[in-house]
Amino acid sequence: MSTTLTTNAILEGKIEPAGMIVASGPGLDPELFRVCDHYYPVSGYIDHRGREVQPINPFEIETVASKLRASGIKSVGVVGKFSVRNPAHENQIIKRLNNGFDYILAGHKVSGNLNFPRRIATVFLNVSVQSIYKLFFQAIQKSIAKMGIKAPIYVLKADGGTMTLEASMEFPGQTIFSGPAASIMGALSYAQPKVETLVLDIGGTTTDMGILIDKVPLLEPLGIEIGGLKTLVRSLNTESIALGGDSVVRVRSGHIFIGPDREGPAMAFGGPAPTPTDALVVLGIMKEGNRSRAEKAMAEVGKLLGCDPESAAQEVYSAFCHMLLGAARAMVERINQRPVYTIREFLDTYRVEPQELFVIGGPAPYFAPKLSEMSGLPTRVVPYHEVVNAIGAALSRTTCELTLFVDTERGIASAPEEDFYKPIGSNFTIDDAKNLAFSLLSEKAKREGASPEQIETEVVEEFQFNMVRGFYTTGKNIRVKVQVKPGIIEGYQVDAQEKIATSYSQIS
Amino acid sequence: MIKAIHKTGLVFFPAFDWAISPTHPEREERLLYTQDQVLEEGLLDIEGIVEFKPDMITRDDIRRVHFCVPDEWSVITDSHLISGGGAKTIATMVVNKVVERGFALVRPPGHHAMRVVHGARGFCNINIEAIMIEYLRDAYGIEKIAIVDTDCHHGDGTQDIYWHDPDTLFISIHQDGRTLYPGSGFPHEMGGPTAFGTTINIPLPPLTSEEGFLYVTDNVILPILEAFQPELIINSAGQDNHYTDPITNMRFSAQGYAQLTTKIRPHIAVLEGGYSIEGALPYVNVGIILALAGLDFSHVKEPDYDPEKLRQSPDITQHIQKVASRVMEYWHQGPEIKEKFLNQGGIKERERTIYYDTDNILENQREKIWVCTECSGVWAIESWTDRGRRIYAVHIPRKACPTCENLGYEWYESTSLKLFDCVFLQDRKNRRFLTKKHPS
Repeated sequence: MSTTLTTNAILEGKIEPAGMIVASGPGLDPELFRVCDHYYPVSGYIDHRGREVQPINPFEIETVASKLRASGIKSVGVVGKFSVRNPAHENQIIKRLNNGFDYILAGHKVSGNLNFPRRIATVFLNVSVQSIYKLFFQAIQKSIAKMGIKAPIYVLKADGGTMTLEASMEFPGQTIFSGPAASIMGALSYAQPKVETLVLDIGGTTTDMGILIDKVPLLEPLGIEIGGLKTLVRSLNTESIALGGDSVVRVRSGHIFIGPDREGPAMAFGGPAPTPTDALVVLGIMKEGNRSRAEKAMAEVGKLLGCDPESAAQEVYSAFCHMLLGAARAMVERINQRPVYTIREFLDTYRVEPQELFVIGGPAPYFAPKLSEMSGLPTRVVPYHEVVNAIGAALSRTTCELTLFVDTERGIASAPEEDFYKPIGSNFTIDDAKNLAFSLLSEKAKREGASPEQIETEVVEEFQFNMVRGFYTTGKNIRVKVQVKPGIIEGYQVDAQEKIATSYSQIS
Repeated sequence: MIKAIHKTGLVFFPAFDWAISPTHPEREERLLYTQDQVLEEGLLDIEGIVEFKPDMITRDDIRRVHFCVPDEWSVITDSHLISGGGAKTIATMVVNKVVERGFALVRPPGHHAMRVVHGARGFCNINIEAIMIEYLRDAYGIEKIAIVDTDCHHGDGTQDIYWHDPDTLFISIHQDGRTLYPGSGFPHEMGGPTAFGTTINIPLPPLTSEEGFLYVTDNVILPILEAFQPELIINSAGQDNHYTDPITNMRFSAQGYAQLTTKIRPHIAVLEGGYSIEGALPYVNVGIILALAGLDFSHVKEPDYDPEKLRQSPDITQHIQKVASRVMEYWHQGPEIKEKFLNQGGIKERERTIYYDTDNILENQREKIWVCTECSGVWAIESWTDRGRRIYAVHIPRKACPTCENLGYEWYESTSLKLFDCVFLQDRKNRRFLTKKHPS
């Protein structure tokens, strides 16, 4: 299942009032991150190593709790600065809140990444969609049971992975923006190994763009942005541009401008303004639609350009593909401009350079030839391109990520997302850390619905620093981030070499 | 939504895989906790704060500034090319008005690297600020530039590079050289004969706190900057005046650094020293970034910050007031003394011994300058080390008059390789860099 329920609830502001308790300590003024009316900065301060500098004030928490109860708040988020290094304060606050709330979420549970403002936003989105999501969840369970279906239900996340419906109850925010992920995942099984693929999902109003590298989708470094909030919701690196088959075509001082708005369907389908779809109809690329109305649309454009409708259609068709490829190039450049922090990575000047182009969405087959011609890339229309997102949602496997911190000077290994703490000795190595991280990750993945044989894990980030105090090495600071790779369920992968030739057209 | 008042660019290059040696203060871990703090505070998400990926500097970028012995590649590592490149990238973004201000949070640092480089001094091999500035001058024609060095150690390398340049105002505040490496930076050090008065040194006594730093900022740095009217202000933003720094003795704070930054209003800040990697750097850097961006930094405090405990004693306050008035007195006399030097004209010489503490090299220099009234004068350095290297280096300034230009070539051509391992010519006017070497 892939749902736009949470996305729409947030974008339309149909969310439940929620309470936020925020332990910031020094830094930026926590008022700057206020996300709602019931937002309470409280005392308590943990530093970057996870050491307590200032304790929380239990009396203060009790006061906030009674204010929240008095306001009828049912869902509460609790977020501390550096809680991913030590969630003690979040846990202490939650303990004090105990009674009278339906749903309480702690910041350290949503991500292992550093970023206090995003942690606040992420927790807030989760707690404020929770009650809506719960209704949806119960309705789904009921109707599925009525239909006699006993199969486990999985919900798609924005990172192109799934979780079980039950697991999604804890983090409903993870279902935000799973739409673009569904399409990318649907295209994934057709990608070639060892190749970088640019995926364009062309719709009526917008086009979503994503990148596959060696059959693995590229992920966003931190998380998605929605309704002006930057979050830690893990997601695929997709960008959306306001350019689609129904975008309005205008001419200003002899130049064609397409979008960003859509006023309705194309004129060929009874709409009010010229669109790229009308160009497709005039050029005979698209057989459907009312040809005379499409010609009227292109005549309007042609009048302003000083050419006949046919030439105008040709211009619009080119301009559309030109804009699309320009946006895609800009996205690739932004990815390549991401900073790196080691000399090795700097000198290993890896750059993303797509070698093939996948086009999906309704108008995919119509734009593919021109996109191929203009980009010079082998271009493919993915089979079942109109419903590829449903295929993606159905075939994606369970994913998750986990961050492990080891501080041998303090003698601890911790993965706060999993509420995991373990005392360790000074001889703990980075390999020990990776093994520990993998086993915690597998547990997490299984709990969220992965079948053990499906869990393909990898290290995303690993750092080891000698900690020197005075002139002596006092310990090691190890950071390991691991993930279950997003991908397609075993057994449903297309054998790229075989199927390409038969199942879809290869243009160019 | 938070929005920066001044659009601010950052280059963050912590070189997590580079160290001078495993337990050296200049090691992999140095900016780790700073990165943690910057990421956790979400600074990079603020609208108007942009992170850029650094470029690398080129050999010509280095040759505009240094005489590297025996050559550039022998005295640097990739890390230096990237940290220099970080400063250059930020500077380019500022000059091209992509951002209003910028901060290169890079390592290794550079402000102890002098004109002639035989190796590393004070953890520095090449002077990344000077490389950045001279690139800007050649690429964008920027003339008047001021550098305010707020590292706790005297910026002797930057001072050396700009000793004869009247277009560069170099102001350094630092812990008194009688109590700390490199032992220089006294008020009477005011520049060479043709650039006298554009080098300003403000030595502060140990245990100086916020009050003292801000006093000299208001009463010395700001009036001198105002009078100089620079096109660009650069801050060599060392952070080792902090009260927790392990290798210095000052009592400055994150609040203090942020206020200092607000007052100086640098276009470009470049990280220099600062080795309290947990107690100071995370907070000082957050403070500086917010101050550059024009955002509220009043909540940025170290865990153990207590301004009462850090307050300086009345005798320190008095001492600082005396230093400040002496520096101002000297500065006011500057133009008159420079005039005297110019009237005397002719060749002026100086001799010095320079110690490279990091690489343990002892260098001797004899420097001569042709004191010219038409331009800042051609000059040459004879340098020999205890390792047995001996070089001769000639510098023709950017705005050299024809006489000085010819004299420079004459000095270069007439110097025989019989006496030297290498003879260098740095012709900034025609952008030519020549080297004579024994065939290897």
